[in-house]
Amino acid sequence: MKEKNLITPGEVIVEGMDYLPGEGTYRDGSVIRSSLLGLTQTRDRLVKVIPLSGRYIPKRDDHVIGVVKEVRYSNWIVDIRAPYDALMMVGEAVDRFIDLKKDKLSSFFNIGEVMICKITNVDESMTPMVTARGPGLRKLTDGRIIDVQPSKIPRLIGKNASMVKMIKDHTGTKMFVGQNGKVWLQGGNEALVIKVIRKIERDAHKQGLTDEILKILESEGNGNKADVSD
Amino acid sequence: MIDKVTLKLMTDSFKNGTRLDGRKLDEFRDIKIETGVIEKAEGSAMVSLGDSKVLVGVKVNPGEPYSDSPNEGVLMVGAELTAYSNDSFETGPPKEGAIELARVVDRAIREAKILDVSKLVIKSGEKVWLVFVDIYTINANGNIFDAATLGAMAALQTAKLPIFKEDEVIRENLKDPLPTNGTVVSSTFVKAGDSIIVDPTMKEELALNARLTIGIKEGNIVSLQKGGDFGFKDDELEAMFDRALAHSKKLLKALK
Amino acid sequence: METKPMYLIKGGKRLDGRKLEEWRDIEIKTGVIPNADGSCQVNFGKTKVIASVYGPRELHPKHMVMSDKALVRARYDMLSFSVEDRKRPGPGRREIEISKVTAEALRDVVLVEKFPRAVIDVFVTVIQADASTRITGLNAASVALADAGIPMKGLVTGVTFGKIYDEKGKGYMAVDVYKPEDQWGNADVAYARSIATNEVVLLQMDGDVTKEEFFQGKEMADKAIEYTYQQQLKALKAKYEGD
Repeated sequence: MKEKNLITPGEVIVEGMDYLPGEGTYRDGSVIRSSLLGLTQTRDRLVKVIPLSGRYIPKRDDHVIGVVKEVRYSNWIVDIRAPYDALMMVGEAVDRFIDLKKDKLSSFFNIGEVMICKITNVDESMTPMVTARGPGLRKLTDGRIIDVQPSKIPRLIGKNASMVKMIKDHTGTKMFVGQNGKVWLQGGNEALVIKVIRKIERDAHKQGLTDEILKILESEGNGNKADVSD
Repeated sequence: MIDKVTLKLMTDSFKNGTRLDGRKLDEFRDIKIETGVIEKAEGSAMVSLGDSKVLVGVKVNPGEPYSDSPNEGVLMVGAELTAYSNDSFETGPPKEGAIELARVVDRAIREAKILDVSKLVIKSGEKVWLVFVDIYTINANGNIFDAATLGAMAALQTAKLPIFKEDEVIRENLKDPLPTNGTVVSSTFVKAGDSIIVDPTMKEELALNARLTIGIKEGNIVSLQKGGDFGFKDDELEAMFDRALAHSKKLLKALK
Repeated sequence: METKPMYLIKGGKRLDGRKLEEWRDIEIKTGVIPNADGSCQVNFGKTKVIASVYGPRELHPKHMVMSDKALVRARYDMLSFSVEDRKRPGPGRREIEISKVTAEALRDVVLVEKFPRAVIDVFVTVIQADASTRITGLNAASVALADAGIPMKGLVTGVTFGKIYDEKGKGYMAVDVYKPEDQWGNADVAYARSIATNEVVLLQMDGDVTKEEFFQGKEMADKAIEYTYQQQLKALKAKYEGD
């Protein structure tokens, strides 16, 4: 069985009982079939299919970019571009204590405001809980936000964040990549960053992408490794 | 809803004369028009304005004239903002947005006298041709007004007139075009903050506080529709008219 | 055609020149509606249908929400100019029935337990009709779902078959029915399978056939389904292959 094979739902990936069906696959008698349009991946005996498309499914510990949709009495509803809206409780917004009798929640986070937040939990009804308290978590007030296909985010981040670091170094742009397919940029060579991101989106499934991206960055980037924190 | 970071970026960019997609304030997106895409309809056109895609079809059926115009054919324009053209559109019968769209396109075609309804009579007072122009959004990303007007024009100008023979309608091997006269095009402007931009994307429409669609035929203004909860100043009006006239030349070229 | 033709098949040739076991030219392409999570246009000869998928997404109204799985909802619609006699906009009883059987066929393969409380909306839009529209739409919907990254047991693939008469009135089974055959033939069957699970997921018939005739038609249809399935796979992979 070839690695990183392009596969469609229902197609047989492997036969025999030696393998275990992982994410994106299911067992059908003596064979394992794909349930997604994606790329096959095997680790030891676990067979997975990495999706090439699909909406973001919230997972605990994911860092995402959210937009406040509703301000309620003791919590906020946050749109994280998932099939399920997230909930931020009053104690998870800021480090200081919020007194519900005196403070208005909208003065901390109002409708339309953007934040980097972390998913602390996803309960059985699939409602994600988020927090804006913690290292790197904060309100975003300017810069640019672009939408990227969530299935391409792992490729954009790269192994140990190597791809996103490479992009930052060559463009001087501050970047935050949300697991939910929202990317925040500011400063530096924004146009080059967007060009590179769109190429990663188009070619995420291809081999040799990292080298191609590096070539583009070296020829069109700022040459020097800029010092960008974040 | 448009988030505050994007809204700020948008209004800051406008002040610098650019938009989120890199266009200038007075720049239209790429226009693509394909006619005859629905061979079985009497006329059809698929129009793309950037990635806003609209499909327009023309059906011509025999019917009764209106009692107050026994020697005229009938033009009817319908439109649907389909649920599948955008995540935020809902299913159901046309709501005010779709109805406004249909009536604005109808107004442009009617006031510009594009369709010569006097040549659509089969039997005076009894039978005339009913021309149905139906507009559907396929992928909605702003400025459906201008895309729909282009589509309606392209579909009407390439449509064929059926033959009424011995109580039957013949729709095969048609040669005669629908009787049309000239071309109407429209330019839609939105005001966001102090900037006025043409051919808005969906995000720009969400940020807008006033909108004006201007229909132009042969250097004259034939239709106007203002939308949005805010107002325009008088000098802004004149500026938009001038810009619409300038744009009409390029839009006419796209229809050739 | 306003009057019933003398025959739908003569000398082994149907009115459009096809043989009994021949299906029309099939074209399939994805990504026709960029805003949708997945989309696909399928043409069977002159029949052209676009399917689009939005989801999984939040479901409104709340009373339709299922706590343990996603709702797969289908909406079949014909554009007014898709048929010869202009169709008035809005779903009639026919459209509602077709929407129901389409949703049921798709629910057989979509892994709905993965998205409790959500909805997966499937829109099937006929832009030009020359019979077999619901089956063409189902083929498109199946590809659109996969294109959207919705987990499924496999694709759904279908074809129509029918019974047409020669100049002596003798009946013959034919695959991939088009308009005159749909209008004047003795029977027509809409038939779709899930290849991966080897099951029939959609089956409807109007007509009058013997059991032998049905299975004769089905055998031809199964070959057409095999071919159509390969075209569906090709279309899905096309975006990611070849360069």
